[in-house]
Amino acid sequence: MSLWLVLAVNSITLGGLLFLLSAGFSLIFGLMKIPNLTHGSFFMLGAYLATSLIARGFNFWTAALVGGLLVAALGGIVERLILRRLAGAELAQVLVTLGLSFMIADVCLMVWTGDPIRIDTPAGLRGATSVMGLGFPTYRLAISLIAVIFAAALWALLDRTRLGAMIRAGVDDPAMARVVGIRVSRLFTIVFCLGAWLAGFAGVIGGPILSVYPGLDGEMLPLALVVVILGGTGSLVGSLVGSFVVGFLYNFGQAMFPELAYVVLFLPMLIVLVVRPQGLFGRQTV
Amino acid sequence: MSVRVSRRSFLVGTALAATLPVPALAQGKPVRIGLLTVKTGPLAQGGIQMEQGTIRFLKDRNYTLAGRKVDLVVADTGGNPAGTKTKTQELVERDNVDMIFGPLAAFELLAITDYTAQAKTPVLSLAAAEDMTQRRPNPYFVRASATSAQSMHPLADYAAKELRFKRVVTISEDFAFGHEQMGGFHRVFEDAGGRVVKKLWPPLVTPDYTPYLAQISGVDAVVQGFAGSNPLKFMKQYQDQGLKLPVLSGSVGCDDALLKSFGDEAIGVISCSAYTADLDTPSNKRLVEGMVRDYGNIPGIYAAGLYINGMVAEAALEKTGGKTDDKEALIKALRAVSLTDTPRGPFRFDHLGNVIGNFYIRRCERKGDKLANTTIKTYPNVSQFWTYDEKWFLAQPVYSRDFPPVKS
Amino acid sequence: MKRLALVAALAILAAAPLWVGGTYYVNVASQILIYAIFALGVNVLAGYAGLVSLGHAGLFGIAAYGGAKLMSAGHGQVVVTVGGLAVTLVAAAFFATLSLRATGLGFVMITVALGQIVWGVAYRWISLTNGDNGISIGGRPRPFGLSLASPAGFYWATFVVFLAAVASMAILVASPFGASVRGTRDQARRMNALGYHVWMIRFLAFLFSGFWSGVAGILYLYYNQFVSPQMVALTASAEVLLMVISGGTATLLGPIVGAGLVVVMKNVASAYIERWNFVLGAIFVAIVVFMPDGLVPGTVRLGRWGLAAWRPRAPSAVPAPGEDDGR
Repeated sequence: MSLWLVLAVNSITLGGLLFLLSAGFSLIFGLMKIPNLTHGSFFMLGAYLATSLIARGFNFWTAALVGGLLVAALGGIVERLILRRLAGAELAQVLVTLGLSFMIADVCLMVWTGDPIRIDTPAGLRGATSVMGLGFPTYRLAISLIAVIFAAALWALLDRTRLGAMIRAGVDDPAMARVVGIRVSRLFTIVFCLGAWLAGFAGVIGGPILSVYPGLDGEMLPLALVVVILGGTGSLVGSLVGSFVVGFLYNFGQAMFPELAYVVLFLPMLIVLVVRPQGLFGRQTV
Repeated sequence: MSVRVSRRSFLVGTALAATLPVPALAQGKPVRIGLLTVKTGPLAQGGIQMEQGTIRFLKDRNYTLAGRKVDLVVADTGGNPAGTKTKTQELVERDNVDMIFGPLAAFELLAITDYTAQAKTPVLSLAAAEDMTQRRPNPYFVRASATSAQSMHPLADYAAKELRFKRVVTISEDFAFGHEQMGGFHRVFEDAGGRVVKKLWPPLVTPDYTPYLAQISGVDAVVQGFAGSNPLKFMKQYQDQGLKLPVLSGSVGCDDALLKSFGDEAIGVISCSAYTADLDTPSNKRLVEGMVRDYGNIPGIYAAGLYINGMVAEAALEKTGGKTDDKEALIKALRAVSLTDTPRGPFRFDHLGNVIGNFYIRRCERKGDKLANTTIKTYPNVSQFWTYDEKWFLAQPVYSRDFPPVKS
Repeated sequence: MKRLALVAALAILAAAPLWVGGTYYVNVASQILIYAIFALGVNVLAGYAGLVSLGHAGLFGIAAYGGAKLMSAGHGQVVVTVGGLAVTLVAAAFFATLSLRATGLGFVMITVALGQIVWGVAYRWISLTNGDNGISIGGRPRPFGLSLASPAGFYWATFVVFLAAVASMAILVASPFGASVRGTRDQARRMNALGYHVWMIRFLAFLFSGFWSGVAGILYLYYNQFVSPQMVALTASAEVLLMVISGGTATLLGPIVGAGLVVVMKNVASAYIERWNFVLGAIFVAIVVFMPDGLVPGTVRLGRWGLAAWRPRAPSAVPAPGEDDGR
């Protein structure tokens, strides 16, 4: 009984981390139709930057915000200089984002060396909280809360603000949006920066659980892809639900079907895609 | 018009030549050592340390072994078997190396073993694949570190007899290195009266170990054999999950060089390794001081292992008088090496090329603001077969996920 | 002119073991050819059918594993090759049936899932694949009694297969079927309306692509004499896709050039440049910025531009009435 409870709660907490990881990817792909394969590298870079900031005395949360900002700046440069001229050229986007991920990974190896780096759980969230008689890591519970807050904030941004309306207009019909006076190109840069910021921020938030090490980018990217695909592209709610679904699949799948541990995420994803190619909550056909 | 050399000038010439120092052509050519390591990608951590250990050794010897200069050729395999094969071919065919240090991983070694055996190039590797010196031996292979299970046998003995653990859970990555480590522990632990209740195998790439941690209960201790960056992730999540059971670790899981990355979660972990940084031998002191000075960190098994490979190569070259042309003589000399003052203490090789030497049980403790492994027991003269008869051991299947089987 | 250049290029390639300088480089050349065949196969789908696959390393690996298992069971070379390819074709049919349920990103993700499942099976099903220890095979085949153990011998055998691959690609591209494949890429709905069976065309293209990927896999098995799960990892699929894109999809020469680029960087340049990963990534970025179509179309364009700059320009004709619309 307690095993199932632990798994259930962990599904939610892991789902929270997965949402933070994949929200950025979902945003960029859903709105700009760019498969940003540099996403994993942004995640890892944010985490590495935070380790240096924390070593210099910054507080964990500040490091998370600032780390995210630095990654966002990089994302902005990438978008303006390179991705802007590749609208619609899917293969070129794949090539350039993968090429950038090689470059970022190698730079991280040069700067931070190959040793794994540990990030301390922020003070105040250490230890365990008792839920129904069992202890759960407090920090992980906090992550779920943060994820929900961000989901709400992003939804509010896109649905309730003028900026969000402009972004959605720019996505639905860029030509008309420009005619109406919306600076579509600038909006796309903003969206890309926001997506990159989310990735870097998620990297830092995930740090106390995952630590930071070479290869983290390659481990996280497939997870983000699975979440976005299962939940459905172009839908933030889809990503949120997708994250929790993946969290459940991961926890219960690994515990109950250890034989299938390697395929516990990809097999369900395959089944969903074959049956319903647009994902569980996707509105548009892919 | 032919030049007539008079007998007189000929004799004088010969006499003069005899007094002049003869240029030793054999000693003019440097010894070429190829280092197969991983400098990019997830395995880079160990690979970079391997290079550091090798260079540390060569610097200590002024790049001269047995009177000959040494040329080191470093090749980055990228951590995959095909890349390793290509780089090995480069070293053997293009660079004409006399011997190869490395590679790092077992799957890399298995990809090149047939090739290097054909080329008769001696390979001195840390890769722990059991069958390299057991059921599929390579006659040109020398391993001065340990097989996967060689450091787990003493650990199991210690756990059963001194720590008096009765029931344990093992958890390690789901690949050959993990299977072989846990298999070794399993056999010795149960032969000493203990019981391995469950064996957990998370995939090599596992972001969250919680589904496995949640299954740990009803035992006295947890035995882990994680490698690379996974030990860090695992121990942190172990502590966060609130688990307080003692942890026993394989050699890589609590490696001395990795300690600087750990936090308090590593305190109390008991591990067994072929190398321990606090070993009190002159060569180890020199190695540790040199590594701290050059690279800012104490050595672990990767750096020390390559330093020791260098010492083995040096001893073999001294035996062959510096000659590397006769490959059979070189490998014979390598396997005949027996040293006393090394960073891992005294050791020699068995007839299959694997080391017989000391293995150290250490406990991780906090010393000031750093973590350090303190040796608490030394098992001397440990071979890859532990106390079992060699023929019996080899007749058994190799350690794998299902062997020894978990008794229900 | 083009044909002469083509014959000259082929002659130079055929004579490679003689001028390349050392058995090590002959081996690198063999690898380039093997990956070129693989990339050409992937290009059939990515370039001509517009279907990007990130799971083809799975087919590449299935062929190699199939061949290795048959060889370990003691069969002869013909059985190994035919058996390996047959298994790959069955797998390709299976992959195609599943992936063609979607297009665009859905297709890509299904291929990713399939590739990852093959990878998981290769790692986990130890009794079948020997897990990450891999399977070693004894020696190379001896077609017609000729030994392929030497690097040059293997190179020439690979070259013959390479020629066959290029020829088959050329025939495909020029054929009506090839045109219909391109049609499904550009105007799937219109093709459907015209009565073409779009799904079947794509399916056959997938099989063709899978066949050549399998051929490359078997060659790879013979070259390395070893197969392991790393061969079917996602990074392997990504790598071959990068070869195709960087060289230029929808051309025949593109994947070949791309294969050369990546193989040379990984194996040769890595000996001289420590940060070769960074340089490779930078090259990809540079290709996208300066030659977004790929190296081959970009170089051709550069060549034409250079040629035009050399030749004196003819006085521009006065535009006919109505022709000049101010553009």
